[in-house]
Amino acid sequence: MINGKKLNVSISPHLRSSVTTRSIMLDVIIALCPALIASGVIFGLRALILTAVSVAACVIFEYAFRKFSHRSNTIGDLSAVVTGILIAFNCPSSIPFWMVIVGDAFAIIIAKQCFGGIGQNFVNPAIAGRIFMLLSFKQMTQWTQPGAGFMNLAGVQAITGATPLAASAEELPSLWEMFIGMRGGCLGETCIAALLIGFIYLLIKKVISPVIPCFYIGTVAVIMLIYGKGDLTFTAYQLLSGGLVLGAVFMATDYTTSPISRKGKIIYAIGCGLLTSLIRLFGSLPEGVSYSIILMNIFTPLIERFTTPKPFGTPKKEKKQKEAEA
Amino acid sequence: MSKLPKGVLTAVKKVRGGVRVDHRKNTADCETVRIDTPKQVVIPMQMSIGAPCEPVVKVGDEVAVGQLIGDTDKFVSAPIHASVSGKVTAISDIKMPQGVMAKAVTIESDGEMRLWEGISPPVINSREDFIKAVRNSGLVGLGGAGFPTHVKLNFPPDKGIDTLVINAAECEPYITVDYRECIDNSWDILSAVYMLKETFGFKKVVIAAEDNKPEAFKILKRIADDSEDVNDEVSLMVLESKYPQGAEKMMVQSATGRKVPPGKLPADVGCVVMNVASVAFISRYIKTGKPLVSRSLTVDGSAIKEPKNVRVPIGTNIGEIIDFCGGFSAEPGKIIMGGPMMGLALVGTDFPILKQNNAILAFAEGDANIKAETDCIRCGRCAAACPLSLTPTNIVRAVKAGDTASMQRIGAQVCMECGSCAYSCPAGKPLVQYMRLAKSMLREEAAKK
Repeated sequence: MINGKKLNVSISPHLRSSVTTRSIMLDVIIALCPALIASGVIFGLRALILTAVSVAACVIFEYAFRKFSHRSNTIGDLSAVVTGILIAFNCPSSIPFWMVIVGDAFAIIIAKQCFGGIGQNFVNPAIAGRIFMLLSFKQMTQWTQPGAGFMNLAGVQAITGATPLAASAEELPSLWEMFIGMRGGCLGETCIAALLIGFIYLLIKKVISPVIPCFYIGTVAVIMLIYGKGDLTFTAYQLLSGGLVLGAVFMATDYTTSPISRKGKIIYAIGCGLLTSLIRLFGSLPEGVSYSIILMNIFTPLIERFTTPKPFGTPKKEKKQKEAEA
Repeated sequence: MSKLPKGVLTAVKKVRGGVRVDHRKNTADCETVRIDTPKQVVIPMQMSIGAPCEPVVKVGDEVAVGQLIGDTDKFVSAPIHASVSGKVTAISDIKMPQGVMAKAVTIESDGEMRLWEGISPPVINSREDFIKAVRNSGLVGLGGAGFPTHVKLNFPPDKGIDTLVINAAECEPYITVDYRECIDNSWDILSAVYMLKETFGFKKVVIAAEDNKPEAFKILKRIADDSEDVNDEVSLMVLESKYPQGAEKMMVQSATGRKVPPGKLPADVGCVVMNVASVAFISRYIKTGKPLVSRSLTVDGSAIKEPKNVRVPIGTNIGEIIDFCGGFSAEPGKIIMGGPMMGLALVGTDFPILKQNNAILAFAEGDANIKAETDCIRCGRCAAACPLSLTPTNIVRAVKAGDTASMQRIGAQVCMECGSCAYSCPAGKPLVQYMRLAKSMLREEAAKK
């Protein structure tokens, strides 16, 4: 006590870094902005409105659910905003607003809050929401084509067509068009260039490590190369199409549902890549990114169980012994 | 940053994880000043890891500086000496900063700082003499841990110990006393290094400091070059400025590439690690015979009016030291004994300075800097920051579930409580608290068996 005033006697360390959950989520939002702008350019104003609706719905659902379940208000951590953006990014821009709101509700209420909120969900809420929508609405696979005009708000009138993954060779956009996003698809997944800018931003800010995106995309590349018997163009189309880059950079790297250790991350990412490739090549679904990530999310605790690093200085022999015991 | 002199080594094996904390070495250019003789000192009989001492003086005795006042026949302990001359006025139990009670001798100073007439340089003819002299000096590790130095040196000659690591990393923010020791007492450091090398037969001596102290390197290098180190067995090593570079296990790894296994000591991998101030003290003791009765410490923080490096008699009241530094400039919200990463927050200033205290920091209300605690998002920053490859977030889960098997598997018992995990946690979790809890649960579990 100093002058009758009590001192703070919290435990060490007495310095803390300035990084908070909120600042991390804010960085993710910033990293998603290039892709958001690109979606506006490619698919028009409706893409931006759809994203805004989705964000608002997620935040409202989170606020309402926390309020009704008498728990602390967590919308300030901005994680609901991230989920909202990601769900919108995973929809074609022509989808009716109410559908995306249903997806948001599933993601926030069922996938996230029912399991205890941020940090407790066992699958990525945005992916859970997307898969729910995919199974419920056929509009989810009616890909909007670019070039309908910026002010064309009547999404239903937009032209729908197959994604490059399912298209025949003549209809394929060029690789450059694929890279800058001038192709049909979900509104946030098409502009690879913008997604990569976001990826670099996240790396610079040390929000994510490059391990998961690199091993994920790398695995898909290797398998496609083998399957295509060394056909580089085929491989490039595979890497640039669908939601692979969006999924690998922004969804597979979700902290809560991916392993912590480097070794675990590698196994997880290779698993994602393997499943994505298998679904694309042999499955009946047009796209496999969401399903592969959600499956690997479920495997995460198991991977974690077997990849916990040994404490500093543990002798090698003992390591082997312990592994034998396990 | 000015350039380092040539011939300075870099780490053999870099330390994993760690955190880049602001250095805040505001007092680096403050020459150490001696505090006014305190009116009274309170000297606790427990100032090191190991057995407490018993007072060997009575109330009413006249004592002089350097006179033995507490001792024990237990090996892991260091004797305690009077730090001022005067009269013993009380021998009583006092509350220590950690909250435990300890016996302490109170000496009313006569203001003369009269040296005890029994002080004479020790006679050293053998290794045993040297260890005995170090014990008699009352030296404990001055870097903060307070491990009696003679115990560290008392290894059998055939144990295969070949490397002496001198720790001048000073990786905690604010603290600059070791840096000042390098600048002001560099001759003491080097002469002790040669003495230790000769006496204990170290094949290699590495003096390691972080790269934010180029001046220290310049001075030490000049002296090392001037000396007759013909075989080049004494080397300087620069470490990245990254906390907790100065932790014992990290020092051993940087200097030799060896890893100290869980539950073992540096001696088990052939190393002895000593703090630079402890080494300099040994050299002064052997020259003069004056035991450890005072020490240098950094007084800093946003609530201190005039941050300083001060030399104070052991047992000086912390409040008196803060007054010597101009008192508080703002209402203090937190007062820390030691560095901001591992130091202990005090409940007040009415505590004596111990042999192992290297800093007193006082922070204004707003700078107590406590993050609000939110939910863990499993970002893994704690695991990435851990220099010992632990996964703190999973240990927290195990603690909450009472799952001692998982704690053991992840390695909670290895944790050295450096606080790197808690520093980096975006959710503001008190992770060090959880690690301590995990350790105590493991101890309880072990006791049951």
